[in-house]
Amino acid sequence: MNLNLKKESLRKVNEALQNIDRKSNKKIFKISNPDGNHAICAGLKHDIEVTIDGHTGYYCAGMNMNANIIVNGNVGTGVAENMMSGTVHVKGNASQSAGATAHGGTLIIDGDTSSRCGISMKGIDIIVKGSVGHMSAFMAQSGNLVICGDAGDALGDSIYEAKIFIKGKAKSLGADCEEKKMNKKDQNLLRSLLKKSKINESEIDNFKMYGSARKLYNFNIDNVSEY
Amino acid sequence: MCGIVGIYLKNKKYNSQLGKLLSGMMNSMATRGPDSAGFAIYSSEKKKKYKYSVCFSGTQVKEISKKLHKHVKDLKVKSVSDHLVLETSMKPQKFLNILKNYNELSIVGYGNCIEIFKQVGNPKEVVKNFSLENFTGTHAIGHTRMATESAITTDGSHPYSTGEDECLVHNGSLSNHNNLRRTLEKKGVEIKSMNDTEVAAGYISNGLSNKKSLKETLLEGLKDLDGFYTFISGTKNGMAIVRDEIACKPAVVAETKDYVAIASEFQAMAHLPNVNSAKIFEPEPGRVYSWGK
Repeated sequence: MNLNLKKESLRKVNEALQNIDRKSNKKIFKISNPDGNHAICAGLKHDIEVTIDGHTGYYCAGMNMNANIIVNGNVGTGVAENMMSGTVHVKGNASQSAGATAHGGTLIIDGDTSSRCGISMKGIDIIVKGSVGHMSAFMAQSGNLVICGDAGDALGDSIYEAKIFIKGKAKSLGADCEEKKMNKKDQNLLRSLLKKSKINESEIDNFKMYGSARKLYNFNIDNVSEY
Repeated sequence: MCGIVGIYLKNKKYNSQLGKLLSGMMNSMATRGPDSAGFAIYSSEKKKKYKYSVCFSGTQVKEISKKLHKHVKDLKVKSVSDHLVLETSMKPQKFLNILKNYNELSIVGYGNCIEIFKQVGNPKEVVKNFSLENFTGTHAIGHTRMATESAITTDGSHPYSTGEDECLVHNGSLSNHNNLRRTLEKKGVEIKSMNDTEVAAGYISNGLSNKKSLKETLLEGLKDLDGFYTFISGTKNGMAIVRDEIACKPAVVAETKDYVAIASEFQAMAHLPNVNSAKIFEPEPGRVYSWGK
């Protein structure tokens, strides 16, 4: 089914996609002329496939549950923010805060993302085939961020228990982020993430893993004079 | 919030559509800045002529023209909404002093190629009032304002012009503008309003008048200007964009063989010709990008 945002209002299109009759066989949708509009495909909750043909604005596919959303273009700030489950695949670049605070699902970005990719992520898998900007995985709590290119400044600042896999170089690491040794389990995890995003699995040896040094978890009495 | 837009035409065939392209960009950024709007249009240089854009608070254009003609013989007056564009060969030093005698006239900008218009109100109305669609030229910069640190007045609206053929629009806010204002004023830079952006414009003008390039000046600004900003700065030769190193304030660039467009959000560029095949990217923090002659 074709939905043309030049002819129909964004609210109407979103409402239609949010309230699909589950008994109906209509499961595949196409959105044309997104023209950088905000919140396209926000709040979808059913197992449907939506392809967006063009560039979108902020919060595309935000709060997604179950749906499989493909963007043939670039996305603005906060793509798949607070996603719960499902898949979002961006064929172009993403702006800042991609996958912010998301609890689950998979976000694949074929291009680059700008700053704060995966900020405060809580369980999502994010795979970026290009590079990410500064402060990526800031306060990331759970989930996995795979970066095939490089990362900007302060990667993984104040990170909790999320895992970062990076093939290129990070310009600098954030506070409490350190390189970790990958064990078999981590390698299998990375292999499955690469497979999911159709990246050659033999690449896993070229990746390094980063995580929390856990030095910020508890108050350190040596720092008492700082307060 | 605030919305900023800019377009630089590489291909002359679009010069006649400059106003139309910019008005579409301004209209779609109205949501980011509903308080006031303004724009600067650059057209090809008239070497010996100066254009002075002034905001006119009186009603009788004929009367004020007559008065000004007494000082300036070759004066041409164009009236656009509440602005006048005064064209003469008289040099700024002399003419700006004459303008100071008329309280109903406040200078918005001047130069060989720049015309600036700004007004309080929804950007869609402002664009209509000035008939932006009909303007032609080589490049243009626009702003839609959501007022934060100074009043909603024409004085508080962007673009700011503190030097010949220069202008600046800003999304963000500066925190050290009071100190910087004092330093610049000591150096002889005139800053008229209490607005933070005008201080940044003054900073750039000061750099340019010390024979520094726009790129150099903006790079130095990364050290001297404290706060959040995405700036688009225009000169008669072209335009440049810079984002502070935290890069909280958005910007997207779309470049084709015919033009370069900058906007706060992509939706402001969705109507531009062949934009879907353009090279689209976000300017990196702390890096200056410039286009022009």
